[in-house]
Amino acid sequence: MGTITLQQITKSFGDVQVIPPLDLDINDGEFVVFVGPSGCGKSTLLRLIAGLEDVTSGLIQIDGRDATEVPPAKRGLAMVFQSYALYPHMTVRKNIAFPLRMAKMDQAAQNAKVEAAASVLNLTDYLDRRPGQLSGGQRQRVAIGRAIVREPAAFLFDEPLSNLDAALRVNMRLEISELHNTLATTMIYVTHDQVEAMTMADKIVVLQAGVIEQVGSPLELYHRPRNRFVAGFIGSPKMNLIDGAEAGKHNATSIGIRPEHVDVSKTDGLWRGRVGVAEHLGSDTFVHVHDTGLVDMLTVRIPGDISVSHGDDIYLSPDPEKMHRFGADGLRLE
Amino acid sequence: MARAITPRRKLIVTAAAWSIAILIFFPIFWTILTSFKTEAEAIADPPSLFAFDWTLENYSVVQERSNYFLHFWNSVVLSVGSTLLGLAIAIPAAWSMAFVPGRRTKDVLMWMLSTKMLPSVGVLVPIYLIFRDLGLLDTRIGLVIVLTLINLPIIVWMLYTYFKEIPGEILEAARMDGATLRSEIIYVLTPMAVPGIASTLLLNIILAWNEAFWTLNLTAAKAAPLTAFIASYSSPEGLFYAKLSAASTMAIAPILIMGWFSQKQLVRGLTFGAVK
Repeated sequence: MGTITLQQITKSFGDVQVIPPLDLDINDGEFVVFVGPSGCGKSTLLRLIAGLEDVTSGLIQIDGRDATEVPPAKRGLAMVFQSYALYPHMTVRKNIAFPLRMAKMDQAAQNAKVEAAASVLNLTDYLDRRPGQLSGGQRQRVAIGRAIVREPAAFLFDEPLSNLDAALRVNMRLEISELHNTLATTMIYVTHDQVEAMTMADKIVVLQAGVIEQVGSPLELYHRPRNRFVAGFIGSPKMNLIDGAEAGKHNATSIGIRPEHVDVSKTDGLWRGRVGVAEHLGSDTFVHVHDTGLVDMLTVRIPGDISVSHGDDIYLSPDPEKMHRFGADGLRLE
Repeated sequence: MARAITPRRKLIVTAAAWSIAILIFFPIFWTILTSFKTEAEAIADPPSLFAFDWTLENYSVVQERSNYFLHFWNSVVLSVGSTLLGLAIAIPAAWSMAFVPGRRTKDVLMWMLSTKMLPSVGVLVPIYLIFRDLGLLDTRIGLVIVLTLINLPIIVWMLYTYFKEIPGEILEAARMDGATLRSEIIYVLTPMAVPGIASTLLLNIILAWNEAFWTLNLTAAKAAPLTAFIASYSSPEGLFYAKLSAASTMAIAPILIMGWFSQKQLVRGLTFGAVK
C-alpha cells in the first residue's frame, strides 16, 4: 500500500513561508509528478513527505497513519536523489544491501534480494565495483536498486535524471516508467522538465511559489489548463498567449492557442505576420512569426515538408475550437 | 592549454624545489651534526662539516644528567591526550556546524579563530593564577587541558572543512535507508571522514608536541615534556651547543620519524581545500 495524504501542510524557513497551506491526495500505485519552475517548492514538498524537513504545520498521513512526526527512517519510503547519493566507500553490492543491513535482514536473504535487484537493473556485472568506477547512468541505477530492495510504500525521486545527458535521460525515463508498471508502487517524481512530467505521470501536480496551480492527468492539463500559468507551462513549444483587443473579441482578458492548433497559409488567414526564425525538426517545423500586431512573437507548428524562409509573409488562422480563454484573474473561462 | 614541460624547465623547477627543501632542513641537519661534535668543535670557526671527531659523548652526558624518558613520556601523554580530548570535543562541534548550520555558525567559527589572534602571554597571568589555585601547576592533566584549548580552534576548523566536503545528501540517503543517527555516523560518515580525521590527528599531535610557551611556563619538573628538557640545556648552562643539540635531536627525533611515515596524510591535510 502507498497512499499519501497531505492536509493543510505549510513550511516556513525563518520568516519566509515557502509552502502556504496545501492539501494533496496521492493514491496507491499512482505515478505522481511534481512539476514547476525552479524555486517553486516542489523539492521542499518532496522532502516534507520524506521527512527530511519538518512541516511547520499540518498533517502527513502515509497509509492512513499519521506520519507527521515520524523520522524518515521509519516512514517506509525510499528516495532517489539528484546526485545519486551513493556511499562512495562501499561497493555496488554493499550500497544496494545497505537498507537491508539497516533492517538487520540475514545475510542470505540480503544477497538474494541484491542479486534480484541487480538483474532487473542490469547491474550484475558491476556488483563488486565502487560508485566511482561507474558511469552516470549506472550510478543512477544503483540508486534505484537501493530504493527497490526496501520494497517501500512509495518511491520518491528528486530530479533523478537532471545529471544525465539527453539520450540517456530518455532511456532512463522509459526504464523508470517500466519499473512503475512492473512494481505498481506509488511513485512521486520531482522535475522541472514538463516533458518528463507529461511522458511519465498518471497525475501531474503543477506548482508555483509553493501553491498547487492544478492537479490532473497529463491530457487534462494539456486540454484544459486551469489558469494562464499552467497553460504556459505545460506543452512544448509554449502556448501563445494573447492579451488586448484580440482577446476582447472572445470576451476574455487573454486567449491562448497552442502552436499545433494554428493553420498556416501563404495566401490568406485571420492574422498576418512575418516569418522570423524557422526551427526545422524534420517531422515538424516551428515557425516564429513576428509583426502580427498581437504579441511580439507567435509560435506555430507546420508540417516539416512545407518550406518557409526568413522574411516571408504568412497568414495564421487559429482553430476556434482549441482556443483557451482566460479572465482578468488569470483563471480559465468556460 | 597545458603548459609544455621542457627538460630545461623541469631542471629549474627541480633545482628550486631542492634548494628550498635544503634551506628549510638545514637547521635541523646542523643541529643533528653538532650533537656529534665536542663542545670545542661545536663553536669552532670556521665550522667543519664532516671532518671532526664523531662522538656520542653528548648523548651519554645528556642522558646522565636528565631523565629523557620521563620527558619523552610526558610529551607523548600531553600531545596524544590533548589531541584525543580535542577530537572528542571537536567532532560533534564540527559535525553540527557542517550539517546543521545555524544563523550564527559562521560567527562562531570566526570567533573561535579570533582566540588565536591574542598572544598567549596576554593570558599567562590569569591562567597561571587559576592553575595555582586549582593545584594544576606542573601536572599532566592541567597541561592536557591547556593544550586542548589552544589547539581546539584549529581542530574544529580542519574537521569543519573536511565535513563540509561530504555531501549532505549522502547522509540523508542513509536516513532514508533506515539508518539511525548512530548507524549513520558509524557506517557512513566516519568511513568517509577518516582521512580528514587522521590528518587532523597527526597535525595536532605535532603542534602539541612542539608547543613551548605553556609547557615551559606551567611546568617545573614532574609534568615537563621534551620542550622543557631542551630548554634546560639552553638557559642555565649558557653556550653548551653540542649538548643542547643532542637534547634537541633527542626531542625532535620521535616526531620527525612520525612525520616522515605519515607525510602523505599530512600533505593532504595541510593542502586540503586548496587542491581538489
